[in-house]
Amino acid sequence: MVLPATAFIALVAVFPVLYSIYLSFRSATVTDSGHWTGLRNYLDLLADPDFRTALLNTTVFTVVSVGLEFAVGMPMALALHRRFRFRGLARTAALIPWAFPVVVSATMWRLMLQDQVGVVSWLVRTTGISDRPILSDHTSLLVAAIGVDVWKTTPFVALLLLAGLQTVPRELTEAALVDGATAVQRFVAVTLPMLRPAILVALLFRTLEAWSVYDLFWVMSDRQLPSLSTYVYSGVRVSQLDFARGDAAAVVVFATSLAIALGYLLIFRTRTAEEG
Amino acid sequence: MRRWGGWSTVLVVSLVAWSTLPVLWVFKMSISDKVDLFRSRPVLVPRHPTGTHYATVLGDPVFRAGLANSLLIAGTTTLLCLVLGSLAAYPLARLRFPGRPALMLGFLAMAYFPTVAIIAPLFKQLRSAGLLDTYPAVIAVDTVFALPLSVWIMVAFFRKLPAELEEAARVDGASVLQTFGQVIVPLAVPGVVTAGILTFVFAWNEFLFANTFLFDQARWPVTVVIPSYASVHSVDYGAQAAATILVTVPLAAAVLIFQRRLVEGLTAGALKG
Repeated sequence: MVLPATAFIALVAVFPVLYSIYLSFRSATVTDSGHWTGLRNYLDLLADPDFRTALLNTTVFTVVSVGLEFAVGMPMALALHRRFRFRGLARTAALIPWAFPVVVSATMWRLMLQDQVGVVSWLVRTTGISDRPILSDHTSLLVAAIGVDVWKTTPFVALLLLAGLQTVPRELTEAALVDGATAVQRFVAVTLPMLRPAILVALLFRTLEAWSVYDLFWVMSDRQLPSLSTYVYSGVRVSQLDFARGDAAAVVVFATSLAIALGYLLIFRTRTAEEG
Repeated sequence: MRRWGGWSTVLVVSLVAWSTLPVLWVFKMSISDKVDLFRSRPVLVPRHPTGTHYATVLGDPVFRAGLANSLLIAGTTTLLCLVLGSLAAYPLARLRFPGRPALMLGFLAMAYFPTVAIIAPLFKQLRSAGLLDTYPAVIAVDTVFALPLSVWIMVAFFRKLPAELEEAARVDGASVLQTFGQVIVPLAVPGVVTAGILTFVFAWNEFLFANTFLFDQARWPVTVVIPSYASVHSVDYGAQAAATILVTVPLAAAVLIFQRRLVEGLTAGALKG
């Protein structure tokens, strides 16, 4: 009974990965598998300034937005963990931005950042922060994309962390309270270690998602701001002459994602081992 | 303790504001007329509320087709995921067999998979199979990437069901499939519903595959229509606002109705196992 699902997944996901790696070493096009070219496609990638821009944008985007989402999401989760009225309402509110399609939240924010009718542009202008149109400049577009991502996923990160907080037995924190530990001490010494699995899940999930960012950049910048994934897309789908290079970039996304995942698992395992 | 209580109220109020204010503002834009939209100083409440932007959007055949296509793609994907997923989840929850942990890990890994990594070979394969620019192509790929999540959620729910009931059914002479269909499935309805809603949201929101494998705008789901809508009607800001609101209404409704179950399902899928 498990077989149909497993076979289906293997056919559509596992085989293409292997095929993708195979193609990345060849002069492949959409219609033809080409011939063996060794590392040629990868060297082309490194030499391509567009690829380097995409790599830089994606790195900045991932580090800053995931960092901010945890910095804001953790206090949110702690606040939600307390018993209070309207807790259901707060959790519902947290789910709303998460449930929207990325293209929809990007379009909404684009409207608010728009030069003529956007309320954010107006605020930025009247407070004197900047009077340049936000949607026309690569740096401000990247900042805006980070902002929208933080808006959309911080509440979701908070919910994942909240689920972790709910697995911490109240007796433990109460015992620490009796022993005279301060709120900060209780958090660092009791709660944080127990939260490790939830943090790992949320961190892994968010980092990998941010690393393959596609729709947000695509819509926010009206296709002007490149990420690793939009680079793959333009190679494979838009200009089919660059099929092989796009495919090599896709393999880079896959390999780096794998490395990120293994890195996290390794860090979290060592920490656990150290503390016995 | 009291001080922290005050802070947490502030935080919760800001959380609600954080999530809803931008959406309310875009809703305001969607019912504002051109004069209000282009005022040099933004107004909080539109002076002459209007429905013209909604009429524009709903009058557009591409947008209407987009809604229908999204419904078709997301609906079929959900159905496939629930059938294949519940078949897989039941033995994974109940039976111990070699390779089970590896399978569960494989399903979990899929949830973290960077989908862009396989669009090149899929594009090539779909092309040679003559499936490019068809619904089945998008539905099949969406199903594969939504399936692991539905399996995880359903495994978590099936595990909580009392095993005695199945034993009783078996004593009465029911086969494994009969037990599954007549005892487990009815009991597992809450879990299946949760998995179904999450799968539907996932498929409704999918963009990369649809944008890569569908060419003809008659087949585009609404997620692909909206950005192109923003490019084509680039100055009709009111219509863009109305379009985004229309797409989010069903999702916001689902979230409001199934809030508790969704949180449970998401965290079960992510944390247990």
